[in-house]
Amino acid sequence: MTESKSSLIMPGHLPEEATSSCWSCGTMRAVHFCSSCGKVQPPVPVDYFTFFGFPRKLNLDTAALEKEFYALSRKLHPDVFGQAETRERTWSLEQSSRLNDAYRTLKDPIKRTEYLLRLEGVELDEQSKQATEKARTTGELKKQVVPPDLLEEVFELNMHLEELREQKTRNEDDPALLEEIGKAKLSLEAKYDALFNQLKTEWDQWDKSLDSGTAGASAADRRKILDRMTDVLNRRNYVRNLVRDVNEALEN
Amino acid sequence: MSYSEKVIDHYNNPRNVGSMDKKDSDVGTGLVGAPECGDVMKLQIKVNPQTNVIEDAKFKTFGCGSAIASSSLATEWVKGKTIDQALEIKNTEIVKELALPPVKIHCSVLAEDAIRAAIGDWKKKQETAKPAEVRAAQ
Repeated sequence: MTESKSSLIMPGHLPEEATSSCWSCGTMRAVHFCSSCGKVQPPVPVDYFTFFGFPRKLNLDTAALEKEFYALSRKLHPDVFGQAETRERTWSLEQSSRLNDAYRTLKDPIKRTEYLLRLEGVELDEQSKQATEKARTTGELKKQVVPPDLLEEVFELNMHLEELREQKTRNEDDPALLEEIGKAKLSLEAKYDALFNQLKTEWDQWDKSLDSGTAGASAADRRKILDRMTDVLNRRNYVRNLVRDVNEALEN
Repeated sequence: MSYSEKVIDHYNNPRNVGSMDKKDSDVGTGLVGAPECGDVMKLQIKVNPQTNVIEDAKFKTFGCGSAIASSSLATEWVKGKTIDQALEIKNTEIVKELALPPVKIHCSVLAEDAIRAAIGDWKKKQETAKPAEVRAAQ
């Protein structure tokens, strides 16, 4: 996710270059190749969904994505352009690298969600800082991005893990503590799965809001869905790190 | 990335690690987290109800060196300050003092959040305690 937001376009609107004429034959061109003469085209700054010709939906047909990826990979492969003009070789390389980035981002459900959130203007890294600045100026207490009950659980478990590590360095064994941590691990893993299911429910909501068009979901409705997805991802980050730490502490 | 000497110092010799009784009416507890990295930070203050001066502060942080150093420094800074003075501490001051790199700024944000949360918790306790006192006096 290194691409800057300014290089992205709005959904449903191809940038001027993408719909303008082919550099070679002058007819209408597509994103990757001219639809008329088949020549490779210079890359245009479209988002990854548009790159593959998909709508900006989160329930994505990964089989279709993979098929399209392999088909385009073959067509854009540098070997095909061995005899082509220098600029065509350059464009095919650029398109290939963009193809790989787009595929890697879209095939992974979490990366895909994070990418969509970014396209929709949610900056996951910035939310915490902005909220603090707001709290400072208004004097109101900042609403924690992560709910207090989860924080409490994270803190408690970390205390147990610290205790376990200390016991291990002293070569002590405390079956009760191990049992406690083992239980916490199971509960966390269940939570981790539940959060993913929750995310998928939000995906359905999001996709539906796009289908219903302007008559259905309002911008505010969509914003709420995006906020809920952000919340799920935030919780999931915590749980993921915690599961990792628990496993590390139990193994060492 | 390398840590500044001040971060390493706070990391190796953290000040005021520990905890206080969170049920104590003079103690305010702030438990905050940063979803970006999964860090959790608990900061507690003990306030003199007559003077509103923070007489003691403790912290416990599970996170990276910068998060530990930021919260360690925060406890040092709030001690001896009044509630209002402590609320003026900004994360940018922590960044400056510890020479935190841009990727670690969120650690200082977390420390500022923790101070605010602890003070908020203490204030809430005072508000709920007051009516009881008033009732008792009547």
